[in-house]
Amino acid sequence: MAMFEIRIHSRGGQGGVTAARLLALAAIHDGKYATACPFYGAERRGAPVVSYVRIDDQPIKIYSQIKKPDLVIVLDASVMDTVDVMQGLKAGGKVFVNSAAKKEFAGFVTSHVDLTGIALRENLVVAGAPILNTPVLGALAKMGIISVESAKKAIREMFSDERNVKAAEAAYKEMSS
Amino acid sequence: MKKIATGNKAVAEAVKQARPEVVAAYPITPQTEVVEQIAEFVTTGEMKSRYIAVESEHSAMAACIGASITGVRTFTATSSHGLLYMHEMTNWAAGARLPIVMANINRSLGPGWNIWAEHTDALQERDTGWLQVYASTVQEVYDTTLMAFRIAEHKDVLLPVMINLDGFSLSHIMQPLDTVEPGDFIPPLNLPHALDVKNPAGYGTLTGPDQYFKFRWDIERSMRDAVPVIRTAQDEFAKRFGRKYGFTEDYRCEDADVLIVAMGTFGKEAEVAVDNLRKEGIKAGSMRIRWLRPFPVLDLKGKDVVVIDRDYSFGFGGILANEIRAKCKTDVYSVIAGLGGQEVTFEDMTGFVRNRRPGSELWFGVNGHV
Repeated sequence: MAMFEIRIHSRGGQGGVTAARLLALAAIHDGKYATACPFYGAERRGAPVVSYVRIDDQPIKIYSQIKKPDLVIVLDASVMDTVDVMQGLKAGGKVFVNSAAKKEFAGFVTSHVDLTGIALRENLVVAGAPILNTPVLGALAKMGIISVESAKKAIREMFSDERNVKAAEAAYKEMSS
Repeated sequence: MKKIATGNKAVAEAVKQARPEVVAAYPITPQTEVVEQIAEFVTTGEMKSRYIAVESEHSAMAACIGASITGVRTFTATSSHGLLYMHEMTNWAAGARLPIVMANINRSLGPGWNIWAEHTDALQERDTGWLQVYASTVQEVYDTTLMAFRIAEHKDVLLPVMINLDGFSLSHIMQPLDTVEPGDFIPPLNLPHALDVKNPAGYGTLTGPDQYFKFRWDIERSMRDAVPVIRTAQDEFAKRFGRKYGFTEDYRCEDADVLIVAMGTFGKEAEVAVDNLRKEGIKAGSMRIRWLRPFPVLDLKGKDVVVIDRDYSFGFGGILANEIRAKCKTDVYSVIAGLGGQEVTFEDMTGFVRNRRPGSELWFGVNGHV
C-alpha cells in the first residue's frame, strides 16, 4: 500500500485531534505505521481546525503538512461555509461528511452518516457537545481504512465508557455506501 | 503493548522510568504537556519524585541545581524564552558539574511572537558546557531521554544533558512508541562532590586566576571523555533494547555525491528527499546530526554538502553550517529554512539539492542567494 493521507476538518473542541489519534492507533493495531498531528495555529474553541493522519506499511518520515489527501473527513459540515475542505484532494479521492443528508462532490467518492444524531441518541454528550471522535471510527472502518476490531480496541484503550463503542457500531451500520 | 504517544509524552514516560528524585519546572508552550504529564504521574503516585512548581525557569534550574548538588537525580523541561531565562543558571549547572537532564522543546524567539519550531533557542546555549542531542522521532525522544541520564551521570562526564525536540512537529505529533524496562541500564547516581552534612564543604567560592582555567579545562576534558561514554551507552542500549543510535544518523551516505545535513525532524524528512533524488539519478544521502555537543567527527570528504539550518547567527550565518565549515574544513551550501515553523517539505529539500551552489547561502522563501 502506498502512503494513505487523511485530513480531518472540525471545530476547536469537537475532538478532531482525538479522532486523529484514535484513527492512528487503530491503524497501528492493524499492523501498519501511522502518525497523527494537529495543525497548530491560533485555534480556539469553535474555530475551524485541521488534523492530519498518515498511514503506511513503512515507517513514516514526513512531518510537513498533507497537501494532497486521499481522504477528507468533515466532522462539522458548517466549516464548509468558510473552508474549502476539498482543497488538494486527489482525483478520485474520498470525502466523508458528518451529515444526515447526502452531500455531492462531483468526481469524488462521497459518503455520510449522522454522527451527531448517533451521539445524541447514545447520550454521548460532554459539556453539552455531542462526541463525534469515537463514532467516526465506525465510519472509517466501513470505508475500509481500519478494521472494526482495531477501531473498537483503540476506542476501549482511550475511553472506558462502552457507549463510545456502541456509537461507532451504529455509525458503521448506518453509513451510506 | 503498542502505544501511540506525542514527543512530549515520550519525554514524560522516559523520565518516569528514570525515577528522578526532583523535578522542578515551569510550563511554556509547546513544552507544557511534558510537565503536566509528570505532575500527573507524581500526583497519582506513579512517580515518587518531589515535583517543585516554581515561579520561573530561572528558579526551575536553580531548584534543580540545589537538589542535584545533594547527589540526587534531577530533571526539568523548557522551551524558547524559558530556556533563555535559565541561561545564567545553565552555565552554573555545567560549571558545578551537575548531571541535570533537561528536555528543550525547540521554539523560535520573539518578537515577532511565534510558538513554532526553530533551533536558535538551544543553539544560544551551545557554549555553556551542556551536552546537546537532537531527536527526530517520538521513539528516539524516549530512547534518548533514557540514555541522557546514564550519560550525564557517568563518572567521566558529570555534565548536564539537553535533549532537543522540534516544537509541535515532534512535541505534538503522535507516533508509535515502544517503552522498555530500563532496569540497571541507568545505574544509581553517585555524585562524588555531593554535599554531605557529615563532611561539610562549600561550593561556588571565589576561584582566582591561578585556578579558574583548570576548572574550564576540566569541563572540556569531560566533554571529550563523553564521546566514548555516549558510544558505549548507545551500543549498550542497542544490545538490550534493539534500537541503534549513533552520533549522526547516516542514510545512504556511503556512495553519495551530495549530502543533506540537518538536525531534528528535517533530518528525518530529508531521507524521503534522498530517496526521490536517487530516483532522478542524483546520488544523495542524509546525515542527520544527533549530538551537537560533543560535536561528532563527520566524514564529508569528496561530497557536496547542503546544510539546512533552522537557526541563524546574525552577521555570520547558519550556525550548523558554520560549525561544519570550521570543524570539517569544507565549504557548504547553506540553506536557512524552517525559522519560526516555516513549512519545509521533502520536495523543497530536493530543490535545495538540485539547485545547490556550494559556497553560498539561501534564505528559503526570501529572494535570492547571498
